[in-house]
Amino acid sequence: MPNGAQAVLDVQGLTTVFKTRGGEVHAVNDVSFDLKAGELLGVVGESGSGKSVTMMSLLGLLPSPPADVRAGTVTFEGQNLLNVSDDDLRRVRGGRIGFVFQDPMTSLNPVFTVGYQIMEPLRTHMGLTKQAARARAQELLELVGIPGAAQRLSDYPHQFSGGMRQRVMIAIALACDPKVLIADEPTTALDVTIQAQIIELMKELRDKLGMAVIWITHDLGVIAGIADRVMVMYGGQVVEQAPVKELFQNPQHPYTRALLTTIPKISEERARRLTIIEGQPPILSAAPTACSFRDRCDVAQPRCAQANPPRYDFGAGHDAACFVAKDAHDAG
Amino acid sequence: MLTYTFRRLLISIPTLLLIAFVIFMLLELAPGDPMASMPLTIPAEVKQQMREALGLGEPWWVRFPLWLKQFFIVEPAYWIDSAFGTSLAEGQQRIISFQSRSPVFDTIAQRLPQTLWVVGMSYVVGVLIALPVGIISAYRQYSVFDQAGTFVSMIGFSVPPFFSGVLLIVIFSVSLGWLPSIYDTTHQVRDWNSFVFQLKQMVMPVMVLALQTTAQISRYMRAAMLDNLGQDYVRTARAKGLSESVVVLRHVLRNSMIPVITVIALGIPSIFGGAIITEQIFKVNGLGQLLIIALQGNDIPMVMTLTFLFAVLIVLFNLIADVLYGVFDPRIRYD
Repeated sequence: MPNGAQAVLDVQGLTTVFKTRGGEVHAVNDVSFDLKAGELLGVVGESGSGKSVTMMSLLGLLPSPPADVRAGTVTFEGQNLLNVSDDDLRRVRGGRIGFVFQDPMTSLNPVFTVGYQIMEPLRTHMGLTKQAARARAQELLELVGIPGAAQRLSDYPHQFSGGMRQRVMIAIALACDPKVLIADEPTTALDVTIQAQIIELMKELRDKLGMAVIWITHDLGVIAGIADRVMVMYGGQVVEQAPVKELFQNPQHPYTRALLTTIPKISEERARRLTIIEGQPPILSAAPTACSFRDRCDVAQPRCAQANPPRYDFGAGHDAACFVAKDAHDAG
Repeated sequence: MLTYTFRRLLISIPTLLLIAFVIFMLLELAPGDPMASMPLTIPAEVKQQMREALGLGEPWWVRFPLWLKQFFIVEPAYWIDSAFGTSLAEGQQRIISFQSRSPVFDTIAQRLPQTLWVVGMSYVVGVLIALPVGIISAYRQYSVFDQAGTFVSMIGFSVPPFFSGVLLIVIFSVSLGWLPSIYDTTHQVRDWNSFVFQLKQMVMPVMVLALQTTAQISRYMRAAMLDNLGQDYVRTARAKGLSESVVVLRHVLRNSMIPVITVIALGIPSIFGGAIITEQIFKVNGLGQLLIIALQGNDIPMVMTLTFLFAVLIVLFNLIADVLYGVFDPRIRYD
């Protein structure tokens, strides 16, 4: 991992709120992180923890209303993406930052050929001619490992399998040589064999093209295999962040520890039921004033209900937002 | 696709024969007498002779095949004759109206232009208004524009033409005196002024009918757009950095048009059916009015032929709608 490399993307204090009829939902609360050049950052958390919403907020991809990105800065290539004009933001989307979504079955437009959909960002952002865009599209399909690329350009999405469609999505995201690729649970909708293939492909492409990747998932197994650094999210906040080895060997936040116990182990006897974390993740109707995990936490103390713990530094690029962990660490 | 179309065309032959038979038998079983409007002073036996002269003395199994022969063989032969100067239909009896004693198809040919001008134009106008209204309503859902569109659609659905038509006449013909209340069929467009007059006399019937078309099609368009605006591929298109107009007018619209085109195609036969009530109100002597008069006068050949022609158009446009579906949606394959 390129340690100490310069950050290509720097997010500070990002806060996103959804306005609904039942009041406000604070989906992202004061989230800060950075992404270094060539790094693969894993983002984990259960459903509703704000992983996807955080990433969509970066590029203004949330429908507004109801979404409202209320505070924060997103620094990318010297500009704050939350302040730039729509046109400038569009140049970043698909041009400098690529996006791969969860469900390849519905993420492609059914009535346009795959070639057309790959060529679209090429023609929009790079101003390529039709012939040049077509040649590049074929190159991209070959890059993501689709056999018979030249013929498949004129096929429609329904003529591809799920794994192949996700490869097409990756080709679209990579079309304009982005600096950052954001993959939002790119393997969740795929079966395990195809998952492994897509993960291999992404690792390979990252090394070949040298881009930074943000990989959103709720699968810790996937993270262990590919990430350089991991960020754990809960209740719309970053609760722990560490290099991948450090996180797995030395988890600090009780939520991270609980998450790690939920990974099924092959060595265990079959009859045992899967471990779960009791309770539901919170839906925040206001900015949190207490630790949002305390109701499900087995080491919670009275002070956890009185203040929201900040992210304490544990050294070696490791931080976690927990009073109890901080005390234990300080006590040695 | 060609094989499919050809197969469908073949299947529609027995369908249409069955429809023809059902219409014929319904008219046969219906009460009513073509002689009913004759003066009472005509003796009964004379009336009976007149009936026989019209061919009504024969049983249905003679008259039905005869009508089929006239419709499918004699009439096409006659049109070929008049187009190419051949003499295929010479000495053959065409379908004759009981009322006017002239060939049914000649009357239809006289009436068709009025209907196509007024009803057809209203359909075109209605669709052209409905598409942008539907698109904007969906894109700006619950906005003032959308609410207004919904309100106008509700009016279009719920206010019948015999109310809206008369209301327009009262306002624009009686009170303001801007537009003629009666459609002058004999009017011919020769210069600018006569063209303006033609427009003026068309405005009210076209608007009354277009309101109904707009109400329906704009709802379909809105619903189809809303379905597609929430799809994942729209988010993908935005994430690719495409402009809003490309996202909405290319990606979303192309998908939304698939069901709407079908609805528009299925509505076309109703143009030829004329607008019975609206044509009555504005005195447009189109096909709708022709059918009503034929029904009232027990003009069986005219009713039979008109009704069957509508059936042909409906079957045909159902086929066209299905084929269009296959053309516009690459996921659908018929072969």
